[in-house]
Amino acid sequence: MVLTFYVAAVIAVICTALMITRLKAVHALLYLVVSFLALATVFYTLGAPYVAVLEVIVYAGAIMVLFVFVMMMLNIGDRAIQIERAWLDPKAWIGPGILAAILLAELAYILVAPAGSPGIVPEVGPKEVGIALFGPYLLGVELVSMLLLAGIVGAYHLGWNAPGEVESLYAMESSRQRAVVSGDFVRAGVDRPTDTP
Amino acid sequence: MFSILQTMWNVFLHMFHRRVTVQYPEEKPYLAPRYRGRIILSRDPDGGERCVACYLCAAVCPVDCIALQATEDSSGRRYPEFFRINFSRCIFCGFCEDACPTYAIQLTPDFEMGEYHRPNLVYEKEDLLINGPGKYPGYNFWRVCGVQIGGKDKGESEREAAPADVHTLLP
Amino acid sequence: MMISPYPVATIFGVLIVALTIAAGLIWLERRLLALWQDRYGPNRVGPFGLFQVMADMIKIFFKEDWIPPFADKTIFVIAPAIIMVTVLMSFAVLPIAPGIVVSDLNVGVLFILAMSSLGVYSVALAGWSSDNKYSLLGALRAAAQMLSYEVFMGLSIMGVVLLAGSFNLVQIIDAQRGLWFVIPQFLGFVLFLIAGVAETRRLPFDLPEAESELVAGFHSEYSGMKFGMFFVGEYLGITLISSLIAILFLGGWLGPILPPIVWFLLKTFLLICFFILLRASLPRPRFDQLMTWGWKVMLPLAVANLLVTGAIVVATAQGRSF
Repeated sequence: MVLTFYVAAVIAVICTALMITRLKAVHALLYLVVSFLALATVFYTLGAPYVAVLEVIVYAGAIMVLFVFVMMMLNIGDRAIQIERAWLDPKAWIGPGILAAILLAELAYILVAPAGSPGIVPEVGPKEVGIALFGPYLLGVELVSMLLLAGIVGAYHLGWNAPGEVESLYAMESSRQRAVVSGDFVRAGVDRPTDTP
Repeated sequence: MFSILQTMWNVFLHMFHRRVTVQYPEEKPYLAPRYRGRIILSRDPDGGERCVACYLCAAVCPVDCIALQATEDSSGRRYPEFFRINFSRCIFCGFCEDACPTYAIQLTPDFEMGEYHRPNLVYEKEDLLINGPGKYPGYNFWRVCGVQIGGKDKGESEREAAPADVHTLLP
Repeated sequence: MMISPYPVATIFGVLIVALTIAAGLIWLERRLLALWQDRYGPNRVGPFGLFQVMADMIKIFFKEDWIPPFADKTIFVIAPAIIMVTVLMSFAVLPIAPGIVVSDLNVGVLFILAMSSLGVYSVALAGWSSDNKYSLLGALRAAAQMLSYEVFMGLSIMGVVLLAGSFNLVQIIDAQRGLWFVIPQFLGFVLFLIAGVAETRRLPFDLPEAESELVAGFHSEYSGMKFGMFFVGEYLGITLISSLIAILFLGGWLGPILPPIVWFLLKTFLLICFFILLRASLPRPRFDQLMTWGWKVMLPLAVANLLVTGAIVVATAQGRSF
């Protein structure tokens, strides 16, 4: 179990590093997904199967799919890769890099220090998680649910357009312009004064 | 919602319907006697070739798949020297059968002509000729036509009057 | 945890049986569709055309395994493997008969949900990496469809989980000794069935590969064995969803007289036949209809089902302490 933990952890770290350095967005996302999967394995070895599976369902399975979805819509070509390359100069990453290195060092220190080793924690199943959530942390759950509700309402408001009004207006406008530009007088006739031949 | 379930039930009931597939190689489909399939050349009831090499079939053929060469035997009877149908071009329209004045060329209810090599679809006269009169058993062109050939003089055909004597004034 | 005495044998057994069933399904589906359309279907190769699958397999092995020059090669190759891996992984937690289960996982239901949510990547990445308009449209549709139907696929099972009081599939089956969950959870059953069809991208919800508008959708560019993997993956998905329905709602291996494994296989088989009947009889909806149906009908129904079930469970278990 301990070996599994370390292997998964190393994979997660490597994948995250690769994710940052990839130029193609989809490749980066794939590495991030693998990193999440490795993280789920880490959770499982630490005795939290419920959290592990939720990690896969929610992060790897739902949120990352949405990311991929957006990537597919954006049609990122070679130009984007060049932009990425331009952005990835030392000036940009040196600051966060140093901070992350400090964190890594801390992490290494904690791991080396004989505080406790993974694998001996009692298993936390779904029932324990549920009892904890709806017992001592009930207020937190309610707050989160309210936040999510606000998010849903906000998304609905952003996505709402009065059906028939905006679109038909736009369609009329654009077709009229096109008609005038193209010299299509049959369709542009609306704009012409009635007394011209 | 109900209609969806009904559709599914109706489709399910098709399980007990008769299948419409004809298991072809084992179970031959019925072909009408006048089905337009493989072309043959028929013979007289006497056994002679009916074809008189008039080229009408070759002329009417919309895809030009019929080729023949007329010739004449010693008795004056016309016949094709060669008769060639390219079945890779033939569309089985049956115009040749309609055009034929002697019922020689006929279409038969046979369509199993698959070949692996295209040249094999070019049928020569020996491939086309059959040993029978086909759809018109009693018909013999040379007996009813007014043409003089060896062994049959003018006026000797069936239902043919003797030739008029142009040198006499009598009726 | 109940683990079979021969884990390796069980793993290979499940693997081989699942793959064989998936291959056999190709034949079964063609025969059944033919039966419902008053035809015969493949009946030439071997007895009843059974070896048609072998012939198809030999054909597909020898086909050119073409990778389009404009495709993203790595992802193009990985994508079909993902679907096989995720579906086969899900088979690991399915209890087939008492003692025959590869891994009696505590969160089995969630594990299957997780795997099926990872399966989306296969389709989405396949469509994206093909760099083809039709593939991309198919992938977009697949991602949107599977993502939204996954939501209430999970929610519709939660009623069963509430009644059984466990995410463990073996315990869920044990909880159905008195009464199969299809009766108290009929709504959940129907919802899960519809979600299952959408999740496996089967007709009538096969919009990601709707051939009338998208050529072949996300696998337009695939050929040879990679296409074969999508093909087998789809049938594996049907098998998985069918056996999952059998386990969650129809009591898994429970049943009188016959041995448990026969009951399980019988239920799964009948459900597979039902899936094929769906394909034979129903037309494909429009994509916006599909999404509207999912979010505006199925999701509220699933949530209502969960709430009512939860209320009943709490009301009947007043005195019980956790």
